[in-house]
Amino acid sequence: METSPLAPDILFQLGPVPISRPVVTTWAIMAVLTAVSWLGLRRASVHAGTLQTVLEIVVETLEKQVYEIIRRDPWPYLPLLGTLFIFLVFANLSVIVPGMKPPTGHIETPAALAAIVFLSAHYFGVRSRGLVEYARRYTKPNLLLLPLNVLSEITRTFSLMVRLFGNIMSHEFVIAIVVFLAGLLLPIPFMLLGILIGIIQAYIFTVLAAVFIGAAVGSVEAE
Amino acid sequence: MEYSLEMLSIIGAVVTVSFGAIGPAFSEGRAVAAAMDAIARQPESAGPLSRTLFVGLAMIETMAIYCLVIALLLLYANPFVA
Repeated sequence: METSPLAPDILFQLGPVPISRPVVTTWAIMAVLTAVSWLGLRRASVHAGTLQTVLEIVVETLEKQVYEIIRRDPWPYLPLLGTLFIFLVFANLSVIVPGMKPPTGHIETPAALAAIVFLSAHYFGVRSRGLVEYARRYTKPNLLLLPLNVLSEITRTFSLMVRLFGNIMSHEFVIAIVVFLAGLLLPIPFMLLGILIGIIQAYIFTVLAAVFIGAAVGSVEAE
Repeated sequence: MEYSLEMLSIIGAVVTVSFGAIGPAFSEGRAVAAAMDAIARQPESAGPLSRTLFVGLAMIETMAIYCLVIALLLLYANPFVA
């Protein structure tokens, strides 16, 4: 409780580079996800086994959801958005593993993810519409609104970061306070609420990233 | 009684969070009520409605979280308390 949520949580030093706890947790989650995908698709076949079927269901559900948001072929954007969602679900739910802290509860991980979304929205937008046409988007409906458009671009990325960070971090705080107030059984409903919050925040982050990318690439009619 | 900057920061953080929660709480209630109303009228549109509702709630909630962040800055990273 007495440690600041904004300060980095350094675990050990690797030469001159300090390695913080979120980095270790992130790499562990990445290793687990890679291992599961490798195991499931090592011998991919038409008559899929259990794990491959589960992975296929996940990917197809994500594809359908992304299609419903951006209303165009989701496959150019699905690797990014799907990876974001699956990583965020695992990262937010790592709070239920004893001894682990969710990396999204520190500000660096949400900041990095929001920066990825910010840059990739511009990348997809420029690739889909061309540089001039994409830049012209900011002068619509009027050239006077150019500063406001740029400002909204920055603030929505900032709020994307702060929303994820604030929710996960504040939930950690609530758990700490409840444990401090009443020991044994009372924190359990709050932890269950934490599972719900983690999944909803992962969903919201991914949906907003999809909305930003969809707005950047433009609607199908505009082409 | 002497007021220190730390005390005032704590009071400021409390006021920020408590008053900053009022507006988002009201508007989230109104948004959910409107969505429930719409789903009750047209149950077949529950899917797109709830997706839009979640995104909208996230947007509204952002205001409360801004207040939370300012409170945390006051408590843990106050630039005026050395």
